[in-house]
Amino acid sequence: MKKKVLSLLLVGAMLGATLTGCGGDSNSSSTADNSSSNASTADTTPAADTSTDAPAADTSAGAQSLTVWCWDPAFNMNAMYEAEKVYQQDHPDFTLNVVETPWEDVQTKLTTAATSGDLSTLPDIFLMQDNAFQKNVISFPDAVVDLTNSGVDFSQFAAGKVAYSVIDGKNYGVPFDNGAVIGCYRTDYLEQAGLTVDDFTDITFDEYIENGKKVLEATGKPLISMQAGECDLIMMMMQSAGSSLFNEDGSANIVGNETLKIVMETYKKMKDEGVLIEVNSWDEYVGSLVSGDVAGTINGCWIMASIQTAEDQSGNWAVTNMPSLVGASGATNYSNNGGSSWAVSANCQDTALAFDFLASTFAGSTELYDNILSSGALATWAPAGDSDAYSVPNDFFGGDAVSAKIVEFSTKVPSNITGVYYYEGRDAVATAITNYINGADLESEMQGAADTVNFNMQ
Amino acid sequence: MSNSSKKLTLDKKQNLTGWIFLAPGALLIFFMSFVPMFRALILSFKSGTGAALDWCGISNYTRMFQDSVFIQSIKNTFFYLIIQVPIMLIFALILASILNNKDLRFKGLFRTMIFLPCATSLVAYAVIFRSLFANNGIINLILVKLGILSQPYAFLTNTWSARIVIIIALLWRWTGYNMVFYLSALQNIEYSVYEAAKIDGASPIQTFFKITVPLLKPTILLTAIMSTNGTLQLFDESVNLTDGGPANASITMSHYIYNISFKYVPKFGYAAAMSFLILILVAILAFLQMKVGDKRD
Repeated sequence: MKKKVLSLLLVGAMLGATLTGCGGDSNSSSTADNSSSNASTADTTPAADTSTDAPAADTSAGAQSLTVWCWDPAFNMNAMYEAEKVYQQDHPDFTLNVVETPWEDVQTKLTTAATSGDLSTLPDIFLMQDNAFQKNVISFPDAVVDLTNSGVDFSQFAAGKVAYSVIDGKNYGVPFDNGAVIGCYRTDYLEQAGLTVDDFTDITFDEYIENGKKVLEATGKPLISMQAGECDLIMMMMQSAGSSLFNEDGSANIVGNETLKIVMETYKKMKDEGVLIEVNSWDEYVGSLVSGDVAGTINGCWIMASIQTAEDQSGNWAVTNMPSLVGASGATNYSNNGGSSWAVSANCQDTALAFDFLASTFAGSTELYDNILSSGALATWAPAGDSDAYSVPNDFFGGDAVSAKIVEFSTKVPSNITGVYYYEGRDAVATAITNYINGADLESEMQGAADTVNFNMQ
Repeated sequence: MSNSSKKLTLDKKQNLTGWIFLAPGALLIFFMSFVPMFRALILSFKSGTGAALDWCGISNYTRMFQDSVFIQSIKNTFFYLIIQVPIMLIFALILASILNNKDLRFKGLFRTMIFLPCATSLVAYAVIFRSLFANNGIINLILVKLGILSQPYAFLTNTWSARIVIIIALLWRWTGYNMVFYLSALQNIEYSVYEAAKIDGASPIQTFFKITVPLLKPTILLTAIMSTNGTLQLFDESVNLTDGGPANASITMSHYIYNISFKYVPKFGYAAAMSFLILILVAILAFLQMKVGDKRD
């Protein structure tokens, strides 16, 4: 009996050894791997995200330490490191653990943690896209902490910016970067068409298209490139007139939205005239800017960081405000695109520390904002704009004090309603505009977009 | 009497040994695969935003047939399936029979080269295909320089060309993978069968259709089911290569399910219900293929 068990075990061990041995150096092991990866292709992304970040779980227990998730080493991660230095001046024991986490991962991890009810995987503080704030707070109200009475003075931030993270009158986010929209132009191209940047300041989209045609004729370059299927420009144009895809009660505001109609007609006209060129991806978009394929762009001011990577074009760029819509009520030359805010997760064990850290850095330190200005992180915190650092001329943009200019723009941005179903609305309108450009009827496309959004809201 | 009872215990013992061997794998599969699937099935009968879910009967299942984007994604996926899978399997079969030739030199090199795409990451190759077909990508550059096009063609922003680019990418990625199955099956066909055919004066085309294809039938069935299954779950290419665009013209079912779960206001119940539709579709198609392909009784 004992012998038999022993021999069975031996056979098992031998079998195991042979199988591993033959798998190691023949094709069969890689074949098996591939078949399994083939079968589970669709699941891999969510599955990978359920894994816990060990440091995130550990450090929240530490006394004077906070864990932060954000995604850009040159930008928001850098800002956190600078904030750590500022806070350490008064709190020498304080340490910050910044974990690089792309926004898509922050979103999936947050969703996974909140739906499973196990928030222990979340960090203390994380950065959230402004456009996703409403959606996440309403979907997962237990995952984030109300900051209304945290000691952060929200009145010192630009009102339109704070509005992104206010839900039911409560503040859930400390505003971080500025997304004020700027128009950037290649002055050397404009010169060839007999234009200057003044011809693009405080103008309407009609004038913009006329100027664009001149530039196209003189240089062969379109005035602007945009990523196809992503309606960044559409949303910027909408907000410049204080409009959005949603009403205050949360219902879709698409059919009969005069501003949206004007925006779509203007966009199509720009495309038809060759003033606007559509590219496939974000890399191509940035590529078109730095390689000189277009004579300018309109985007959130954070785009300057990408433009400035083309060092050979230094001095050939200028910054001004964006064109305004023609015929839309409340049209302005100012808008907002992108930007993010800091949220405190419900997993934070030491909320007092997190509140104090945010209140004395991002909501209380001009020194911090001065230090991170060079990385393109412009403040939405009003006192920072008065700092001398903001009036230093920028040689890349023709010696203009662009920082002060953008802070001024940001105060004039009309506030609009993001809506919980922002991404649904955005994708539906992107579909509509693509079809409209390809010759479909505008009214029926707007109706189609409204149907899609309403269906998603059911 | 005593003899039979002893036999029974031996039977039992052997059964027990069998179960002990089976247990670790079976338990792992049960807890890692079947339990989540069962939980997902329960989830698909609930609805609500985020974590607050309530029972809703089969409304998630009826909902998807009114969802125009989901219907579009089903059409797209079946388009990929109907066009891509047959082309890929035929290519793989042809390549396998060429590379099975005993007299061919550098066989190993060719086999490795054709199999190599399978070793690349799905995201990496999708991103590379995206830049190949970009407006200023190499494909456009070649076509313009050769004078075939007067200006770059926006492959990824036109409905049909975007779908075709995805099919080309899939062919590149998976043909070699299926070829390996055929190659290993071909090793099991006695070479003397081919020699006999040659002596009888059969042409290479005749040997291919009269000998290779019939003998490979079980493998062809296997690859057809696996490719169908893989195509119905297509995700990476749609996300990274075209981002579902233009205007949802290339979005796949899994991509839409991802959007519903993670990009939009999360509706996990609905997403789970759509996943089960994919499961049902895979099951039906596999069943049909087995009925058509497997003539053993």
